[in-house]
Amino acid sequence: MSAHPASATSAPAPRAGLRLPGVGAGLGRGTVGLYLSLIVLLPLAALTAQAFEGGLGTFWDQVTSPLAIASLKLTVVASLIVVVINAIFGTIIAWILVRDDFPGKAAVNAVIDLPFALPTIVASLTLLALYGSDSPFGIDIAFTRTAVVVALLFVTLPFVVRAVQPLLIEMDREMEEAAASLGASGFTIFRRIIFPNLLPGLAAGVALAFARALGEFGSVLIFAGGLPDTQVSSVFIRQQIESGNEVGAAAVSVVLLVASLLLLAVVSLIQRWGNRHERSGGGTGLVGMSLDLGAPRGGARNSEEGDDDGSR
Amino acid sequence: MGVANNSGSRWGLRALGLGYLSLLLLAPLVMIFFKAFEDGLAAPIDAITSPDGLHALKLTLLMVAISVPLNTVFGVGCALLLVRHKWKGNAVIDAIINLPFAISPIVIGLSLFLLYGTDGWFGPVLAEAGIKILFSVPGMVLASIFVSLPFVVRETVPVLQEIGTEQEQAASTLGANAWQTFWRVTLPAIRWGVAYGVVLTTARVLGEFGAVTIVSGSISGQTQTLPLFVEKQFANFNLPGAYGASILLALLALTTLLAMNVLKRKEDA
Repeated sequence: MSAHPASATSAPAPRAGLRLPGVGAGLGRGTVGLYLSLIVLLPLAALTAQAFEGGLGTFWDQVTSPLAIASLKLTVVASLIVVVINAIFGTIIAWILVRDDFPGKAAVNAVIDLPFALPTIVASLTLLALYGSDSPFGIDIAFTRTAVVVALLFVTLPFVVRAVQPLLIEMDREMEEAAASLGASGFTIFRRIIFPNLLPGLAAGVALAFARALGEFGSVLIFAGGLPDTQVSSVFIRQQIESGNEVGAAAVSVVLLVASLLLLAVVSLIQRWGNRHERSGGGTGLVGMSLDLGAPRGGARNSEEGDDDGSR
Repeated sequence: MGVANNSGSRWGLRALGLGYLSLLLLAPLVMIFFKAFEDGLAAPIDAITSPDGLHALKLTLLMVAISVPLNTVFGVGCALLLVRHKWKGNAVIDAIINLPFAISPIVIGLSLFLLYGTDGWFGPVLAEAGIKILFSVPGMVLASIFVSLPFVVRETVPVLQEIGTEQEQAASTLGANAWQTFWRVTLPAIRWGVAYGVVLTTARVLGEFGAVTIVSGSISGQTQTLPLFVEKQFANFNLPGAYGASILLALLALTTLLAMNVLKRKEDA
């Protein structure tokens, strides 16, 4: 973080646009680095250190203890089921929001982001009231693995919808019309023309939803509980903390952390792929959604810049 | 034309999509309000206006009052840095900023717990200085800042890229210094994007549960925010209390949704 003499002056260089007001880039970078280190990096470093405190063997023993393995398995399997359902229903919902027209469509579009705005513990409580022993629908799935899946479906609902929606809006309808006039069936048109164009968005949405599902805690807690066979990894980690096994909690946390890092890398690769796909003229596929895990845009807006700002 | 010109498949898709949304989104939303007022207004209102309930509300607002301004100033500054100052380290900064989105809140809570705990790197030093981080407000603030860190940056970066630098160049050519350019040209141009990020940050801090529950210890009347209060009331079989606090949080969530949609329209206009 050496100071950058050229940018330390208050008069910005011509053609460069606004520099950080009042501070030079070097000082700005130093501040950002310090903030990120204090808030994000140091805690994560402390976590990793704790996980390996007893050496690699202890770490491995903790991660492969029967309860830890069971929780990790449940988390991964439930998350996989959730993203498959998300991929299907997310695409259908995006489709009806873009191509269909019905009364109340604007309200439906607005309410899609509810899971991001509603506190997860409230979601959990409500799901229990809806699909628990007092269910008005007579559906009681509380404290089962199905409840884990339903809770995860709730919190991850917006990801695929918001990733696919802008691509559908941008999509050129001429190709579909040409295919239809040549006699292609609706399903063939979807499979050969629409689906390939949606793929980058769909893949990014699925990866983001998967990351969220792997780490989800609040929405699962009350509805699915912490029974031995409904315990996802985050609930397992909390129980280990409460019973004083910090090394075990940290070890499983590191596994989740590594999974998060891998998924973020995957999303960034998908976005690069989506952008290249677009530039080469191979289609209108454009991953418009930036890395907004918590916040796909309220509407279907397409940011051409994507998320590659960091690389230039 | 294309796929959906067949009215059968159009109705089928509509029924599937809307049916799914009704069961997963609409029903829960209706349920919160129904449950809270099922047995009259007295119980939920009592719960919120109890000393612990009021304290939880105040503490939640305090979290917002500290975390949101910090992350907003950081977010705008960081976005300017990423967009306007090319540097090879930007990719690293960008990657770190996305981390809180992907990491489990429980993992975030545990990380802070270990860093500031009695055996942690910072714990003993701070304890000697008489500074308490865990099981008190500073730790909860750190957790809130961590989980809500990316929103303002992520919402501001695309807007900054979109507005370009021409107006800023004009301002500086006319003799405006960097601060004047920022306040009079840049900030007005990006304000809706920043505001959108602020709304998302606020919603996240209001509702944060996992990370805060680990660092706070969830002590009633001391380190309990509203989401923690909901869980405690539920655990104590005080369901009207849990629903009463939930409805407050749900109303805040609906306000957030409304703000998101209004800001979205302003930004696109």
